[in-house]
Amino acid sequence: MIKAGVVVFPGSNCDRDVYYALKKLNFDVDFVFHKEKNIFNYRLIVLPGGFSYGDYLRPGAIAKFSPIMESIYEFIEKEMGLLLGICNGFQILTEANILEGGLLRNVNNRFICKLIEIKVINNDSPFTKYYEKGEILKIPIAHSDGRYFHENPKSLYKDNLVCFEYVDNPNGSIMNIAGILNRKFNVLGLMPHPERRFDGILSEGSKDGYRLFKSIYDFLK
Amino acid sequence: MKFGFTKEEWERIIEILEREPNEIEVGIFKLNWSEHCSYKTSKIFLRELPTNSDRLILGIGENAGVLKLKDNYVISFKVESHNHPSAIEPFNGSATGVGGIVRDILSTGLRPIALLDSLRFGNYRSSKTRTLLDGVVRGISFYGNSIGVPVVAGEVYFEECYEDNPIVNVMCVGIGKIYDVRSSIAKGIGNSIIIFGNLTGRDGIGGAAFASEVLKDQEDLSAIQIADPFTEKLLIEAISEIVKFKELIAIQDLGAGGLSTAIPEMARKGNLGIKLYLDKVPVRSKDMKPIEILLSESQERMLICVEKGSEEKFFKVFEKWNLNYAVIAELIEEKKFLVYYNNNLLGDIPIDRMFDVPLRIYSIKTPHVKKENFEVLSKNYNYGEVLLKLISSENLCSRFSIYEQYDYMVGTDTILEPGYGDCTVLRIKDEDFGIAVKIDGNGRYIYLDPYEGSKIAVYECARNLSTVGAIPIGITDNINFPNPEIEENYYYFKPMVEGLRDSAKKLNIPFISGNVSLYNESSKSRIYPTITIGMVGLVENIENVRRLKIYENDSIYLVGKMEGNIGGSEFLKVLFNFVGGNLDKVDDDFEIKLQRSIIHLVKNGIASFVKDISEGGILIAISEALINQNKGASLFNLRESLEFLFGEWQSRYIIFTSKNEELEDFLKSQNITFLEIGKVKENTLEFLGYKIEIENLRKFYFRNLIPQKGDRD
Repeated sequence: MIKAGVVVFPGSNCDRDVYYALKKLNFDVDFVFHKEKNIFNYRLIVLPGGFSYGDYLRPGAIAKFSPIMESIYEFIEKEMGLLLGICNGFQILTEANILEGGLLRNVNNRFICKLIEIKVINNDSPFTKYYEKGEILKIPIAHSDGRYFHENPKSLYKDNLVCFEYVDNPNGSIMNIAGILNRKFNVLGLMPHPERRFDGILSEGSKDGYRLFKSIYDFLK
Repeated sequence: MKFGFTKEEWERIIEILEREPNEIEVGIFKLNWSEHCSYKTSKIFLRELPTNSDRLILGIGENAGVLKLKDNYVISFKVESHNHPSAIEPFNGSATGVGGIVRDILSTGLRPIALLDSLRFGNYRSSKTRTLLDGVVRGISFYGNSIGVPVVAGEVYFEECYEDNPIVNVMCVGIGKIYDVRSSIAKGIGNSIIIFGNLTGRDGIGGAAFASEVLKDQEDLSAIQIADPFTEKLLIEAISEIVKFKELIAIQDLGAGGLSTAIPEMARKGNLGIKLYLDKVPVRSKDMKPIEILLSESQERMLICVEKGSEEKFFKVFEKWNLNYAVIAELIEEKKFLVYYNNNLLGDIPIDRMFDVPLRIYSIKTPHVKKENFEVLSKNYNYGEVLLKLISSENLCSRFSIYEQYDYMVGTDTILEPGYGDCTVLRIKDEDFGIAVKIDGNGRYIYLDPYEGSKIAVYECARNLSTVGAIPIGITDNINFPNPEIEENYYYFKPMVEGLRDSAKKLNIPFISGNVSLYNESSKSRIYPTITIGMVGLVENIENVRRLKIYENDSIYLVGKMEGNIGGSEFLKVLFNFVGGNLDKVDDDFEIKLQRSIIHLVKNGIASFVKDISEGGILIAISEALINQNKGASLFNLRESLEFLFGEWQSRYIIFTSKNEELEDFLKSQNITFLEIGKVKENTLEFLGYKIEIENLRKFYFRNLIPQKGDRD
């Protein structure tokens, strides 16, 4: 079985949701407390959504100093597996400079919880191999600080780092960017919540998030 | 009146103590005998409500009741108000309201899984209303989202009477296994009481007493508490861990009155006494006086009673989650509430009698309410224009601009989302059953007819649950009331509670929790007595819910009552700003039979989709269903009368079906009247010669109630 760790910061609140999705896919999943330093037996690490440290200062700004983060840098650097950051996880990854750019307050200054459409830009990554290029996915967002900013977004496109774009930009993100990869292609951060459209049982029945986790699973298999 | 006590109360205190109270004891009585904590005005009425059920595990008197759901699963729920704090500071007022009700559920040992809100504001066009609406919604959003408990349903209405006194009622639902349940009854002489969570500060001192006074036009900020959802989230995680310890005897939240009410309450329930050591309480500032520590209403604090000697085990969990903690009290045999500070005895009250507040009864006078119908009813109308006007009015339009600020999906259990149907449905992971939840009320109905109005509130809630085939299992209620000391107001209490009692008895469901908020009145405005009903139903098979959908070519049926009144309707309010007329009444036996039939039709797949007809009437109900599912319809057999089209008759549903024969046969066998009134088509709604594009209807319906720069459609 493939071992996966879902990191629990104080204030994480999508940890149980991701855990449930990974479990359904047959990952051997653990919750990993943010004080843990030995994470090297995992092949997948997920930083889940939520409000780590109550979003004090800025979302992700305090979590990046958690003891677990040092090991996460090493995990990525030595390419020991994949790292996925969802929502607050994405915010932590940009704060920690594991992913480029930053996430600012939504342009309407509000929390937005909504099922939206995103377009697949890069389907040639360990996270997105089961999506078609240009495919439109229905996956919800739920955040106050999701406005992606990068001083030179074109550089991201040049290196194929943009994974997803919003179809109808809900938060003012630059170039409609909703999710990006790092340059080694072993880290994905995205604002939409794939774990909320995992089993097709919720609301209108989309299970577009399932293939993201399935892609990770089959890549690591 | 000494220290604000009545003469009778003051004499009772002296009788209990056999002497005059000191400053600390005055504070303790003041809080425990406040309306907010003692229910001294409402108790004699509330005793009438049915509270028993085969499912009952914990009932009234606990922080929140608990019912058996199915198998080993149990459910807890309660609604509570935070009206007065929200009127003064809408953001922190509503946010701490969420925090408080979540801790009530935590006190049962169960994990909170859903929140619902019921809001009332004044005239939508007033700047005060806009400010309050924006602040209250942001407060609920901030707190609920941060703690990861989804806000899954709610309602909001605007009416002039709430101008100075908005209503902010929040309900929380918790689910868990039967062995996780704890009561608030402290047991075992010598056992320890531990406080954990936030530090105790000076915020919110005297809040409960404040909530029991008529809102002064002078703002009183010292009584407002500050919200810290981050710590609340840590409390949730810590409690989820400690309920697994068998040494955990009882849980109690610290709400109104702080330690001065919670500590003696735990002991009294266990038929014991208690010693409280105020100097042991972790405080925010070292120079706090004993009385400030005792009365502080700092948020995000909890108490537990644990077996002597097991404390360390609990401390470890609190340390993991970075929570402050300390043993602050000890259970004793002598039935006294003893308050110490640095070994000095500051308060000494016999615990048996300290809650023995004299009940209050006031005189009544029947108020004058406009019963006559509005004359204009005979005029000719353009029904198409009336529909557009109504569906875009602030009381009937979509609530997306509110619920999209709430994370209604976290937890990934929300299988029927807000805005889609008449109630919200949550699954329980890896089980085939689930729950349906609803919060509902209508102050205007109660104002016009307290008995019928409160009956309608209960029946309508159950009707909403029946649209997904859910069987109601319990109720929680929040009575929001103006100043009871005024005779015309006090008149409402009795018939209102009798309406609750009679309808709940007919439905055979218990009240497992509730709340009363009085004095929602200023020198300029007085709220309608407003009851918020929260109800939970059991969905035996969630597959039945997942297939509820309107299909092309479905037939549309009107099922239920075929006659009724238009009094109290949104039609009269929106078009003529008229509040009056005769309220439509519910025939109890017909209503019960009708609801059972609907549940049967949904469970057996005979109905493809069901919609309750409520505020706005039949055309509004059909339009809402069609807009949400992007379908059109051609309607026929409609009566060309305002009462038929816009009256808010009770006991009526719209059913969409392709199994016409089965539906008709079943309804006939049950003696339930019905009328086929249309067929589902694409793109347009056609009725009585009018033709409206659904896209156009949608534009009117999706009105943004809280527009903000940078908003997207």
